[in-house]
Amino acid sequence: MSGIAGTKSSLTWAVHLSLVAMVLLWLFPTVGLFVSSFRTTDQISTGGWWKAMSSSEQSTTLRTSSPETQIGKDGVFLIEGNLFDEGSEAEISVWGTSSRSIDDYKAGDTAELKNGATITVAANGDYIMQSTETLTGKRGQRVFVTALTPPEFTLDNYKNVLFDENNREGMAKAFFNTLTVTIPATIIPILVAAFAAYALAWMDFPGRALLIAAVVGLLVVPLQLALIPLLKLHNEIGIGKGYLGAWLAHTGFGLPLAIYLLRNYMVGLPRDIIENAKVDGATDFQIFIKIILPLSFPALASFAIFQFLWTWNDLLVALVFLIDSSGETTVMTKQIVELLGTRGGNWEILATSAFVSIAVPLVVFFAMQKYLVRGLLAGSVK
Amino acid sequence: MTNLKLTDVAKTYSGNIDVLNNINLDIKTGELIVFVGPSGCGKSTLLRMIAGLETISDGEFTIDGERMNEMPPAQRGIAMVFQSYALYPHMTVRDNMSFALKLAKKTPEEIDTAITKVANTLQLTEYLDRLPKALSGGQRQRVAIGRSIVRDPKVYLFDEPLSNLDAALRVATRIEIAQLKESMPESTMVYVTHDQVEAMTLASRIVVLANKGIAQVGTPLELYETPENEFVAQFIGSPAMNLLPGKIVETGETTQVSLTHGAGVIASAVPTAADLKGANVNVGIRPEDLLPTTGENFAFESKIEISEALGEVTQVYFKRQSPDSAPVIAKLLGIHRNVRNTSMRMSAEADKVHLFADGQSLHYR
Repeated sequence: MSGIAGTKSSLTWAVHLSLVAMVLLWLFPTVGLFVSSFRTTDQISTGGWWKAMSSSEQSTTLRTSSPETQIGKDGVFLIEGNLFDEGSEAEISVWGTSSRSIDDYKAGDTAELKNGATITVAANGDYIMQSTETLTGKRGQRVFVTALTPPEFTLDNYKNVLFDENNREGMAKAFFNTLTVTIPATIIPILVAAFAAYALAWMDFPGRALLIAAVVGLLVVPLQLALIPLLKLHNEIGIGKGYLGAWLAHTGFGLPLAIYLLRNYMVGLPRDIIENAKVDGATDFQIFIKIILPLSFPALASFAIFQFLWTWNDLLVALVFLIDSSGETTVMTKQIVELLGTRGGNWEILATSAFVSIAVPLVVFFAMQKYLVRGLLAGSVK
Repeated sequence: MTNLKLTDVAKTYSGNIDVLNNINLDIKTGELIVFVGPSGCGKSTLLRMIAGLETISDGEFTIDGERMNEMPPAQRGIAMVFQSYALYPHMTVRDNMSFALKLAKKTPEEIDTAITKVANTLQLTEYLDRLPKALSGGQRQRVAIGRSIVRDPKVYLFDEPLSNLDAALRVATRIEIAQLKESMPESTMVYVTHDQVEAMTLASRIVVLANKGIAQVGTPLELYETPENEFVAQFIGSPAMNLLPGKIVETGETTQVSLTHGAGVIASAVPTAADLKGANVNVGIRPEDLLPTTGENFAFESKIEISEALGEVTQVYFKRQSPDSAPVIAKLLGIHRNVRNTSMRMSAEADKVHLFADGQSLHYR
């Protein structure tokens, strides 16, 4: 029965399997990054993100309250309290008073300290430290606990990365810098390309075919080829390094594809509609604004998504045309590269920073995905 | 008054591909002119030249004496209905109809009045706020027509407006267009079709286009009764007119022609001059004019190869007279059973017999 239109191919299972594989391939790192960005350093170092939902055994060093809080009563001096922060549901299994033997005692046991005092630690972290003499010292007694900690998620990473004004490695500034680059670098080429595409699709003028051929030719020119001459040009005409230069560069590099995509879409619009508008008395500009632009929305949206995504993720153009020695105009990609160097071990910071930078593309992608597909298919499927 | 005049109009593509040559046509106010012709004869091109969507390569086109060759479409006072309707898909019916009026800077009140009036006439009132994709084919067609009416143009151009409709709707819409024309006696319409039923029923005059030029212009019945040439004779009427080769044996008020195949001699009411005696001609007889006869005065006698009983008529196909000729067809009134493989002697009345020499009708000599 294979080969008959309408019957399911026997390879459907292969399609489904590869689809599942692709979905997993995409989901695994994304979800991992997302979950990691809500975990603490300790949690990340004790187990992978897939263990985030189950309790984990963690060994930590905690301190009792300082001796200043001791209460003297009947010749006995007491310090009471809980080792954990308020609201913690961790459960202590074993503990110790020396870093060399952190599992000497079980929960509920009493340990004798060097200075003659005793300390009893309960499973929930409650402790009583008592001594017949006045306890001295500035800091509290160290207690090494191994506790079963229930899953815990924290927004501290985001607070640190986004809202801590003293954090010079924060992403907030870089985030807005990236937006400042991306939004004009998306809008300008679309505006220019839409006009060009209409002219190339529907207006008769000598040399039109040559222009189209030139646009197609420019599609395959590597971006790197133009970096140095362009930067030189920018410096000579006084733009230098800055947002304007980055916008111009992104516009230039995006235009060939934009014009090509939009022209292909517009040329597929029915000729009758445009001719009818001409008979109705519309000028070329009115046809463009009132007929072509609304009808080309899927193609415009699809190119906008592309241009947005790759200017958002761009590092090369930003490094060459934007970021100067002051570092005031650094973008997120550059910031993450730097974090990799300075904070290579702090996975929670890296994960959070990375997720901040992919959050916007994710939102854009999910909100606009139907246009992405529709615009891509433009001109290829009739 | 709206006179369209085409003088020696020609259309050439890329300098050397002739599409139309020597088109001379005078269209008067209130006429409904239909362009017909086989596909590729340039009828749509001619219409688009009138509309201003194609440039006129040579000659002159005037409306009311004013040269239109270089005038942009919008300023020619025309409205056009396209085969594909060409509705703006992103606009409601109301916006579609008001588009041209808004461009012409009419006031909202004027636009509203015009649209309400036209929507009432075409029964579109309840669809005004719908998008074209929510309309049926017939409704879209009415919107396209309505959109041209609201502009109140001097000339309406229709480019095969019914060819995307199904058969029943086509008949209904054809009648609507005929009524529309009647309600607007002052407006001039030019209508392109390849359907000769539309042409015959709608036209006040038909222009038959063939071989890059005009084959004949005339009222539908003129074309049917006195075609100027073999092309028009065969193009108008269905099935096409039979052409039988023969030789003139007697000239005068009526002409006697002896047919090459079938040994018959038939009289034609077409008068001929004496010098035509012995000339080779084609005798044209429409299938519906061929009558079975038993007398001695007949055109030919031949064997029936195929018969098609349609009820009201029976179409019979005679054996081909030579391998490369078309079969002769006769349309016999009523039902004729078991005529296949029988031989039949056919004749026609003298005034229904056309004579063509070198493709041209002797009627106009």
